[in-house]
Amino acid sequence: MARTTGVRRGRSRQLKIDLRAWLLIAPALVFILIFTVYPILRSLWLSLNQLEMGMDKPIFVGFQNYLQLASDPLFWKVMCNTLYFSLLTVLPSMAIGIGLALIVNMKIKGVGFLRTAYFYPAVMPMIAIASTWMFIYMAQYGMLDQVLVSLGLKPLNVLSGKKTVLPALSAMYVWKEAGYLMIFFLSGLQNISSEIYEAAKIDGARPWTTFRRITLPLLAPTLLFVSTIALTNSLKLVDHIVIMTEGAPNNASTLLLYSIYREGFINFDQGKASTLTVIMLAIMLTVSMIQFLKTDNRIHYN
Amino acid sequence: MKKNLNIVPTLIGFILAFFWLVPLVWLIGTTFSKASFAMSLIPNTGFTLDNIKYVWQNVPFGKYYMNTILIVAATFTVQCVTCTMAAYAMATLKFRGEKIVFLIIFIQIIIPNDVLIIPNFRTLSDLRLTDTKLGIMLPFFGSAFGIFLLRQTFKTIPMALSEAAIIDGCNTLQIIRNVYLPNSKTAYLSFGLVSVSYHWNNFLWPLIVTNSPENRTLTVGLALFAKSKEAVMQWANVCAATFIIIVPLVLAFFVFQKKFINSFVSSGIK
Repeated sequence: MARTTGVRRGRSRQLKIDLRAWLLIAPALVFILIFTVYPILRSLWLSLNQLEMGMDKPIFVGFQNYLQLASDPLFWKVMCNTLYFSLLTVLPSMAIGIGLALIVNMKIKGVGFLRTAYFYPAVMPMIAIASTWMFIYMAQYGMLDQVLVSLGLKPLNVLSGKKTVLPALSAMYVWKEAGYLMIFFLSGLQNISSEIYEAAKIDGARPWTTFRRITLPLLAPTLLFVSTIALTNSLKLVDHIVIMTEGAPNNASTLLLYSIYREGFINFDQGKASTLTVIMLAIMLTVSMIQFLKTDNRIHYN
Repeated sequence: MKKNLNIVPTLIGFILAFFWLVPLVWLIGTTFSKASFAMSLIPNTGFTLDNIKYVWQNVPFGKYYMNTILIVAATFTVQCVTCTMAAYAMATLKFRGEKIVFLIIFIQIIIPNDVLIIPNFRTLSDLRLTDTKLGIMLPFFGSAFGIFLLRQTFKTIPMALSEAAIIDGCNTLQIIRNVYLPNSKTAYLSFGLVSVSYHWNNFLWPLIVTNSPENRTLTVGLALFAKSKEAVMQWANVCAATFIIIVPLVLAFFVFQKKFINSFVSSGIK
């Protein structure tokens, strides 16, 4: 008898706690549900529909949008561009990020100044960076072409060349991102105990050996974590395309997110845009899955 | 021996720093120099404020500034309220459905908002909130980053403190205000820096949502100006416009450098 009332009391107390918790979480949760969870479901649904300009209501067409994309050479070009841009940005920005972190981690004069110089692009809006770099890359008058001409070379006009436009955009992005990635490597480096380095020194290890055999392996968790950040950031980058190239020349610089924007808000084909959204969601999900399957999650959130 | 080892990296470090600073130096130099026909790395046409004046008078940057400040401040204020409540519950209470809540919030960490522009714009049209400042802010009122950051901080605050507050007759809101807020100032500062710089720099969503100068933000204003016909080849003016929109953040960064860097480390995925 006494036990059952005890249980009942325990239950109603738990119920009160549940209620309090859910009420406290509700405001934030409602916004996340409406603007993150629901839109994911909505794009899944819209991707199965035809919805173009002038249509009041979507018409269900099954997987037709997906089939159309699969046979559209432009779609594959966009996917290749996106992959190429990711390769051109993720690896170089990580490599340079590690290099910058190693420099900033040393006891040399002016370290504070160096850190500031490398990191400041990370706080600047991409739009501001793109509109500045536009003048570096501008045909003929731009800084790059001027330097090339003064060296006796031909001006490149990088933004108009099919082969040069993505590498040029990547260089700009690496410049912005490397300093940001540097700070993660820096905190990774500072977690490696100095005793290991001292031991290596006593054993007479050369700097390169020390880096390859000690620093890199111990940075492995950071490397994985940073690679997902870098990849996600690179995939969601679109501002520079809007302002600098709009996909030109001949879609050589059209990336996946930009093509979502273009289909949805310039060509007003929401069915196609939603299909592209679903593909992008799948990529994002895969990228983060890799991270959570492989790490022990000690880096954050728990 | 040791000195020799350091000279090379120092040299590389400063050479790299030079390349990193060139665009900024050029931007500032061009902003404050008389417009010239030829572009040069170090502008040598004499100091002037004309470019800033021209841009300020011909583009409603004043209005864009007000809009941006309003959006950034209101977003962060609402985020503080919603995230504090959620973080408190998740840090201190054991409740049923905890895992589902975690999962839902976690989805926002994985999926960047910009990917969802199509469905979110439709939702905004359903709510008749397109071309409004509220429409720009709404998707960000619940911040997974804010919740996780605050929750982590709240967890380090001993329960004994809040138990003492309960004995003193405090209710939940009073406990949050008197025990948790004062002990989490650093976390709020980090959250603030990350949130403010994210929303100050945000571009794609405000571009889509707004179609009148009334509600435009600085980034959208700059993009439209830089692409407009009157800006073609007018690098002095575009530089001035760019300078106008980056100056508060870059200044704040140079002053609170350490805070910024630490906050960005904690932001991770953002």
